[in-house]
Amino acid sequence: MAYKLNVNGKVLTADVDPDTPLLWTLRDTLGITGPKFGCGVGQCGACTVHIDGQPVRSCSTPVSAVGEKKVTTIEGVGADPVGRKLQAAWAEFDVAQCGYCQPGQIMSATALLKAKPRPTDADIDAAMSGNICRCATYNRIRAAIKRASGQPVEA
Amino acid sequence: MTLELTGTSRRGFIQASASAAGLLLAFQIAPKAGAAEAGVKPLNAYVRVAPDGMVTIMAKNPEIGQGVKTSLPMLIAEELDVPWENVRIEQADSDPKLYGRQFAGGSMATPLHWEELRRVGAVARAMLIEAAALAWNCPAGECSTDRGMVIHASTKRRASYGSLAAQCAGVTVPDAKSVAVKDPKDYKIIGKATPQYDTAKIVTGQPLFGIDVRRPGMLYATYEKAPVFGAKVASADVAAAKGVKGVRDAFVVEGGENLSGLLPGVAVVGDSWWAARKGRDKLNVKWAEHPTSAQSSAGFARRAGELAAAAPQKVIRKDGDADQALKGAAKTVKAAYAYPFLAHVAMEPMNCTAEFGKDGKLEIWAPTQNPESGRQLVAQTLGVKPDDITIHMTRCGGGFGRRLSNDYMVEAAWIARAAKAPVKLLWTREDDIKHDFYRPAGFHFLEAGLDAQGNVVAWKNHFVTFGEGPEKPASSAAMGPNEFPGRFVKNCEFGVSTMPFGVPTGPLRAPGSNALAFVHQSYIDDLAHAAGQDPVAFQLKLLGDQKLVGEGPSAFNAGRMRGVLKAVAEMSAWGKTRLPARTGMGVACYFSHLGYFAEVVRAHVDADGAVKPERAWVAADVGHQIVNPSGAMNQVQGAVIDGLSHALFQKVTIENGAVAQNNFYDYPVLRMKDAPPVEVKFLKTAYPPTGLGEPALPPALPALCNAIFAATGVRIRELPVDVKLLKA
Repeated sequence: MAYKLNVNGKVLTADVDPDTPLLWTLRDTLGITGPKFGCGVGQCGACTVHIDGQPVRSCSTPVSAVGEKKVTTIEGVGADPVGRKLQAAWAEFDVAQCGYCQPGQIMSATALLKAKPRPTDADIDAAMSGNICRCATYNRIRAAIKRASGQPVEA
Repeated sequence: MTLELTGTSRRGFIQASASAAGLLLAFQIAPKAGAAEAGVKPLNAYVRVAPDGMVTIMAKNPEIGQGVKTSLPMLIAEELDVPWENVRIEQADSDPKLYGRQFAGGSMATPLHWEELRRVGAVARAMLIEAAALAWNCPAGECSTDRGMVIHASTKRRASYGSLAAQCAGVTVPDAKSVAVKDPKDYKIIGKATPQYDTAKIVTGQPLFGIDVRRPGMLYATYEKAPVFGAKVASADVAAAKGVKGVRDAFVVEGGENLSGLLPGVAVVGDSWWAARKGRDKLNVKWAEHPTSAQSSAGFARRAGELAAAAPQKVIRKDGDADQALKGAAKTVKAAYAYPFLAHVAMEPMNCTAEFGKDGKLEIWAPTQNPESGRQLVAQTLGVKPDDITIHMTRCGGGFGRRLSNDYMVEAAWIARAAKAPVKLLWTREDDIKHDFYRPAGFHFLEAGLDAQGNVVAWKNHFVTFGEGPEKPASSAAMGPNEFPGRFVKNCEFGVSTMPFGVPTGPLRAPGSNALAFVHQSYIDDLAHAAGQDPVAFQLKLLGDQKLVGEGPSAFNAGRMRGVLKAVAEMSAWGKTRLPARTGMGVACYFSHLGYFAEVVRAHVDADGAVKPERAWVAADVGHQIVNPSGAMNQVQGAVIDGLSHALFQKVTIENGAVAQNNFYDYPVLRMKDAPPVEVKFLKTAYPPTGLGEPALPPALPALCNAIFAATGVRIRELPVDVKLLKA
């Protein structure tokens, strides 16, 4: 079935079954590979994208549930000033090790800062604990979020 | 945390941010490896210089997040004397004739390449100088370099590397052993915090990883194997799988019995991975009975207890008379420690893309830590000549030792040949957890004696592990005779017994050490408390006042260990901090992968037993030079938190011959809310630089467990921590 999806401001057509997760529609059908596969059950956050600004696990979201809502992936989040600021902070703090989870981390962080422009440590814990980083770059993820939100970073 | 940032990634990022439309372009202008670009001259296998002065440096080893794609080229760029901004880095293919061994393991990249790759850069620089000297008809010794230029000071002549590269073909290649290298005080790149080269691509989601590979006409595959390792397919409904829309093919792979090779299973190939995955759900595979169908973790623990009741099958260390010394001791302490199997759970599930050409040659794109063993495995299994296989190494979404095994590579190659199409094989997370090469479980039965002054006068360890006899322990299931405190206790006996099993095991980040540090450093803390002494002072006393103990690869530098132990005590204000109730600090130190590490963890234990690591301090001695301080700090912080994750959460259980866990919901790993700040200090010592991927991990586990003891009085003798034991 052909779905018209609004991804990063462009309308793209994907001919897939209704139960196909948005993740695989993006990756295999549309060639948008920034969202990553990590667990397939919404446990790790590597596949996080925004649907109408809300962070969702694209591995567990069927394409048929997206409709005309706006999908934003890591490839498009830099068009948003908050997303761009976070990408810059991620680069400044050299956050990544393997880098595989970081698109999902940045998408979750962007949603956090849009809801809470100056998050506390507890806000960061709550918003970011759905995203696993096996390299455990958590110290730098926290620092980058603090920096992007204009807060002092622990020395 | 303050980082001085230099280098192309940041610059590239700022360029990229300037225009969202130009984003892709900005990162795709780098030249392709090996391309015959006009005027671009290779000076050697690692370095190409373009006429505009841009220098391309090959990254020889697999990048798994340990940072070598950046840090090894830094060594070359430093001695080549080019500005880092003018450096582009390309990942090399697997090509041992050009690059020697290419692997990610053992924290060996820095120690193996520190001399060699600086000299690669120095040789290229000397060739550029020689070319300039020939052109200027002056002695090479009168020329110097600065930021990509050769300079003849007295005549004020200058020539860019870009203009000279074409003339290097005729110059004599100097001897790498005798070529001059820089005085470290002149370093401009080594020792500067340098962001990972791929940072801009990572934060904008550009394709980098094995899972991102796309080939024209590529199909997608999934592969189902038996939950009991190596069991054969009794039956499978391949017709039902083929009936699913988008499925192109489904077939049984007979496979072999070698747990590291191509195992029996059923492949489903489709137009998309989701289609293949849906086809797999229809397979209804029945598996044949297998000799290991009854093995279990509970059974292994029972058997370990039985073996511990008898004498060890082999004594691997015997100094003095431990039994006699125990009899004469003022105090004795007996304890049994145990740890479970662990899975690696790299974030990027195992995958590989394979494509046969019309000429029968095979091209592979693999996130692998060990490409050459993959080449051999594929060649032997498929009957393809090793030279007819090309292996492109993609960035790996984590490795931790898992990708030293190439089972997924041989599966992809086999399926691609059978499907007669380029195929990307991708495992599910469940496949990954149920088909790993696990960190082996282990059991230690310890007894030690203290004299009236609290000195350790006797130490016995009966280690029960897995293998075909004590001479043939399973992969990563061995303990050496020099395990600390071997050589530091006068009456010391290590014994080993093994039990056979049918679980594939292999190296996990700091193999051996990641378990042995927990046992021995927890037990030393045990003894310190039994002696009524401060754990730091007790360990310093145990280390004694010798400097180097042993020789060659087994040498242990007690002076370096005392150095880091004293440093971490100072950093953490050890013994000087008043702590709230149910909060404790624990210390541990460990030597592995040529690095000396001492760590302190402060943890709070809630009334319900939940453990919250609040802060960690690390003192590290990995020699006289940190190549990339940014990457180095990141490795250490990550390794410490990884170690805490082992201790608090991770456990693979074997039941009915198979792994009981499935995914992150029953194999949890540490998340943001439990990650403490980690403070790191690198001591600068006179020793050669060594690696950082692994040695920071082992002490983290016992430091945490010792903190839990300080907080609650409960000694953790089995991992992961059982919070039920810690309730107030």
